[in-house]
Amino acid sequence: MKVCIIGCGAIGSLFAAHLGRLDDVEVWAYDPYEAHVDAINKNGLRLTGESDFTVQINARSNAADIPPCELGIIASKTLHTRAAMESVAHIFVDGAVCSVQNGVGSEEIIAEYVPRVIMGTTFPAGHITEPGVCNQDTKGLTTIGPFDGKPATQAECDRLAEALSRGGHETESIADPRGAMWTKVIFNCASNGLAALTRLPHGINCEQVRDLMSAVAQEGVAVAHALGVALEKDPEAMIDYGKEVAYLHKPSMLQDVEAKRITEIDSINGGVAAMGEGLGVPCPLNRAISDMVKALEFSWTLEE
Amino acid sequence: MREIKRVCVVGAGAIGSLLVGHIGALPDISMTVLVRRESHARDLNENGLKVTGKSDLTARVLASTDPTELGDVDLVIIATKTTAVEASVSKFKGCFPNAAVMMIQNGMGCERLVRENGSWPIIAGLTFMSGVRKSDMHVDYELDTPTWIGPWGVEPENPGYAYIKQVEALINRSGLICEAYEDLRPVQWSKLIFNSAVNTIGAVTNTPHVPFYADTENLSDLGNLVRDMMAEGVAIAHAHGVELSSDPWAMNCKAVSQGGSHGSDVYAHITSMLDDVRHKSYTEVDWITGSIVRAAHDVGLPAPYHETLYRLVKGLEKSWTIKE
Repeated sequence: MKVCIIGCGAIGSLFAAHLGRLDDVEVWAYDPYEAHVDAINKNGLRLTGESDFTVQINARSNAADIPPCELGIIASKTLHTRAAMESVAHIFVDGAVCSVQNGVGSEEIIAEYVPRVIMGTTFPAGHITEPGVCNQDTKGLTTIGPFDGKPATQAECDRLAEALSRGGHETESIADPRGAMWTKVIFNCASNGLAALTRLPHGINCEQVRDLMSAVAQEGVAVAHALGVALEKDPEAMIDYGKEVAYLHKPSMLQDVEAKRITEIDSINGGVAAMGEGLGVPCPLNRAISDMVKALEFSWTLEE
Repeated sequence: MREIKRVCVVGAGAIGSLLVGHIGALPDISMTVLVRRESHARDLNENGLKVTGKSDLTARVLASTDPTELGDVDLVIIATKTTAVEASVSKFKGCFPNAAVMMIQNGMGCERLVRENGSWPIIAGLTFMSGVRKSDMHVDYELDTPTWIGPWGVEPENPGYAYIKQVEALINRSGLICEAYEDLRPVQWSKLIFNSAVNTIGAVTNTPHVPFYADTENLSDLGNLVRDMMAEGVAIAHAHGVELSSDPWAMNCKAVSQGGSHGSDVYAHITSMLDDVRHKSYTEVDWITGSIVRAAHDVGLPAPYHETLYRLVKGLEKSWTIKE
């Protein structure tokens, strides 16, 4: 089968490389970052760190050069979802696309462009060390399943999960992927959104504003309940566990803020608030945090 | 209380210097200044304090770092930032037994720190005037906007309205602008609620007070948060029986609709709290947003926006202490 990775940054590279180890899967990757694409085509895609191997895959910075594929995995930053889907829609005229992006709202956008959609939640992390090379920082489980708004078949999900797991990227296919997704996004609302504003690492944020983290998380829990989603884990326990194992870790949104990069706030606190507001479940704190992170991004345009 | 002949200003930053320079230049007033640095006291004693800009004055003063060297006074004006009030008051604890103490800090509630250190009658106050401190002996008077004063609590917690009118007359006679109120709380709360939202949101988002603060068209426009936070503050004021003198949201919209001070440019005021955050110096949030949070707790009202912004600013202050 043919699989196309849409957005071959750190997360996309982890998926592409593990699938690239299989003889029965032809892997394509779309990414506008030409140096990375050229290096992959010349030297192969190399993983270091927790994984250590190099595979040959087909990378392209022009989506028109990619043939039709049965399955896609979109791993771009959420603010690029629409632009990316506009470029690759022709590849999936009869295909299913799986989002392994952060936050909520991507699947709805993807559904505007392709016939079938898979909702995914992923925990492995990595970072690009040089063009063509990705360091896998941590391994972890990926959970996928049909997106209820425009579902892929369970068989498609099973097939993708089976291939990923066989390639060494542990993936589970389940009937209702929403519990995993909401568990992660609620955790991220509490850890990322607040850290972006206090500029504190996760563990110290837990000491300073733990009750605010709870208040933010509980708004998300209320939205999940209104949707009829059963959470996979208690977000409060995840926040406390994060304090134990990642005390000085700076959540990715704080890293974005420090580098003055546009954040994924629209999909995290902003996404949860918008879903809640649509359901009549107000999320004033998530809305406030989202508005303030947007204002922070705006402030970078005021400085000389 | 007796006629005001001798005045002591505590702290000679920009606001303190404006008070010393104006009131101290009156021929019938003996002006003393309590400062923190020996060199500051020496400079003031040798050269006096010069005011330029909106006024052109020089005041002769007696300055010291030791309150016992300043003798008895009739009126003490504490002109430090809120963050220095506690240290200043504990320094003159036991002194000035015949004086009333006037406050002029941002926010609300610093009077409590004075009461914990003595039984002086207290005048509450707030100021809109501004100046730029050019040196220990020179201040430039920039904005000739008023200072508002009024009684703190009920007599004998305060010196009585007649005495407060005397202070008002003294300040106006010196060339500064002062208005006394029989009940200061309506104006105090209006400014407090305005400052609480604009200062903390600005501090956390690194955004000067710009027209974005009044935008409400889209859900993600910052004005929604500003408006909701101010509405929360107004409800807390009402629960304390305070009818505001101005609507803080209208104050916000009016401020950002003004042009900049240089003609055509966009109004973009860098609030004092944002300035503090940019210089990593501790903010006055405990006496601005913190005082609203405490006021909400006193009447059993929820204050989620004020608590959130208060905690975020405290978290931000904490972040300066983290080593990379």
